[in-house]
Amino acid sequence: MPEEITLQVARYRPEQEDRPTFDEYKVPLRKDWAVLDGLNYIKDELDGTLSYRWSCRMGICGSCGARVNGEPKLTCGTFLTDYAPGPVRIEPLANFPIIRDLVVDLTDFLVKLGAVQPWLIRDEDKPVEEGEYLQTPAELDEYKQFSMCINCMLCYSACPVYGLDDKFLGPAAIALAQRYNLDSRDEGADRRLTVLSQPEGVWGCTFVGECSRACPKGVDPAGAIQRYKLTAATAAVKKLLMPWGQR
Amino acid sequence: MTTQRLYKPRISVLWWLSRRSYTLFVLRELSSLFVGWAVVYLLLLIRAVAGGPVAYQRFLHWSASPWAIVLNVVTAAFLLYHTVTFINLTPQAMVVQVRGRRVPPRLLLGPLYLAWLVVSAVLVWLVVG
Ligand code: SF4
Ligand code: FES
Repeated sequence: MPEEITLQVARYRPEQEDRPTFDEYKVPLRKDWAVLDGLNYIKDELDGTLSYRWSCRMGICGSCGARVNGEPKLTCGTFLTDYAPGPVRIEPLANFPIIRDLVVDLTDFLVKLGAVQPWLIRDEDKPVEEGEYLQTPAELDEYKQFSMCINCMLCYSACPVYGLDDKFLGPAAIALAQRYNLDSRDEGADRRLTVLSQPEGVWGCTFVGECSRACPKGVDPAGAIQRYKLTAATAAVKKLLMPWGQR
Repeated sequence: MTTQRLYKPRISVLWWLSRRSYTLFVLRELSSLFVGWAVVYLLLLIRAVAGGPVAYQRFLHWSASPWAIVLNVVTAAFLLYHTVTFINLTPQAMVVQVRGRRVPPRLLLGPLYLAWLVVSAVLVWLVVG
């Protein structure tokens, strides 16, 4: 009989209950098993009704986020042995409405992501015949860190500011805006300024710093936000001193 | 299609006690009040000095009262916490480039603490010397 570990998994079945409850399952404790393997074991062998998201099981797709013993984690990158002897509590990401079990509704983030226009913006596109927009390695380094974001939402789950007021744009959306603002090929910084510099934009952030600690990809959204505060403040001062200036 | 019945979790008023890092953050925010008090106290001192020896003596006497001492000791502790957390967070907010390369954030801490030490030493020398 192999060793086992108990998983306490949050369940929310909207058709039969008003609030989440916990179900307990015993799963094999194997050295190479991540929390996600435990969930898959439950789904395959013990209870097919359990709902959760996953895809790549290698820290790339960003869909498997959940709270493991209260900490926002990628369940595919969090190993059961680190929690032995258990029990391990698995809950949906905090601060989002729960659809079912571990599945949360990310609509709010997707709307915000669209608002920061996370794509390359050019004042004028150059004709295709002129070739690609070139970039030096140093220019790439300027934004590379922010491009590592996998939209896993662990940072939103960690952020108490977002939890208290979901109008706050939030860590990943701002980091992704910076991913394009700092790209030498992009000319859209002015367009993003309006969304980013409103009170619910960067100024909503009080620098708790938890987002950067939660991020599995080293994106450092908190750093991105503080840096942008300086940019937004400089832009505001410039506008005050030179109201006739175009930008 | 059936309509969705989302469960919207609520954050408790005591959210800042749920994690050590949240509590430390709230204490950091709270420290600003004590920074404010330190400034007020300094202004009161200046006013007392400007008001002549009697006003100054009265200020000293008032500062020696037990509650003023307690308040100022607590203030000193919070000021220290405020400064340390402020310095520790600065490298994350500040990007310093030297010869086109970003200085590793950790390396920025040294000069910041050094600057703090130098300023404090000058102040001590001004007061004591
Ligand atoms: S910034 Fe980090 S924690 Fe936030 S969504 Fe992106 S990868 Fe996930
Ligand atoms: S399953 Fe893709 S990041 Fe975990």
